[in-house]
Amino acid sequence: MTAGHIMACHDCDLLHRLPAVADGMRATCCRCGAALARPKRNGLERALALAVTGLVLLALANSFPFLGFKIQGQARETLLLTGIRQLYTQEMQGVAVLVFITTVLAPLAQLLVLVYILLPLKLNRRAPGMFQVFRWLRTIEPWSMMEVFMLGILVSVVKLAKMAQIIPGIAAFCFMALIFVLAACMASLDPHVVWERWEEPQ
Amino acid sequence: MRPVARTAQTASLVSCTVCHLLVRRRPASAGPAGECPRCGAALHSRKPNSIARTWALVIAAFVLYVPANVLPITKVTSLGMTQSDTIMSGVIYFVQTGMWPIALVIFIASIFVPVLKLFMLLFLVISVQRRSTWRPKDRTRLYRITEAVGRWSMTDIFVVTILVALVHLGALANIEAQTGAVFFAAVVVITMLAAMSFDPRLIWDVKEPQDECEYPA
Repeated sequence: MTAGHIMACHDCDLLHRLPAVADGMRATCCRCGAALARPKRNGLERALALAVTGLVLLALANSFPFLGFKIQGQARETLLLTGIRQLYTQEMQGVAVLVFITTVLAPLAQLLVLVYILLPLKLNRRAPGMFQVFRWLRTIEPWSMMEVFMLGILVSVVKLAKMAQIIPGIAAFCFMALIFVLAACMASLDPHVVWERWEEPQ
Repeated sequence: MRPVARTAQTASLVSCTVCHLLVRRRPASAGPAGECPRCGAALHSRKPNSIARTWALVIAAFVLYVPANVLPITKVTSLGMTQSDTIMSGVIYFVQTGMWPIALVIFIASIFVPVLKLFMLLFLVISVQRRSTWRPKDRTRLYRITEAVGRWSMTDIFVVTILVALVHLGALANIEAQTGAVFFAAVVVITMLAAMSFDPRLIWDVKEPQDECEYPA
């Protein structure tokens, strides 16, 4: 964010005149310690590259077998969506929808929003309604829970390890990579880099 | 960081909750503050009815926490035998089979974190209502923790989803989700909404902003 700008801390409302913040450093509120600005070198480009990578990984994670399960000669292969469909047919529609949103829909929306905003910005253009769309990112973010889902996978694998053999499929590895890509993507983008474009002439 | 030694509110400004644009506040007679000219989010100096909403959601979560823990979340059918498991019986199973780390993960994520989070929110809401000036910086930090840890409680819901998908082998072995899972999912979602509805700026509203920063204005 531009030095000299006045901004209010989002956690305690104190007004600050922003100093010049070097890439990789962060400006924090002197009263409550909230991070006010955290610019990264080539943050926009990095976030864009990682968002595109994320979309590819998400597509792979949803098309290939996720986990295999072998017990007494019987084998079963599942997709990421299999469990959600099972829950849905077992009268657990609410839970099924929640799992679908947190593991598929929210990450997908998050990545699509990022590409929709960052790609035109990189080409010095503006996507129509980009500021409205970028606002949704804040709403979507808390509901995108890939890293929590990963913990769920680990717990289930350990739980079933005694009774059967679990074979991770291609999708499981894509999924694991996706968690890191998504985290790196969100960390490299300081949202203010996007918000600031508002002040520039079209 | 150089403070201007005033809050946005005392300077008749509104900071957009989403994009942090500072907007001049319209006089109260002009009705609601309107929308952010940059991102279109509704402008509020403080989140609307923050205290009442947080109270309502925290109470709702406490109520739902009971059936979430008492009712079974999974039903395992294996060779004609049926067994229902609650969250706690799953933890006990892992302790008995010697899988301590997993028992600990489930206990922390599913039982400890939701309760801890609810009590932390309760403490924050009550301290704000009593206009407490006690350690505002630490209370703000506490709020950031409640916001960050809530999502990890979804672990058990995801475990159920994966088990239901994998163990679906007819008479040999079959796992089904039970009503407890619905209540538990509701607890997780409602506690997340409760954390979102709380406004940490209320913690600081009782303070004079000049006190705590040593920097000149």
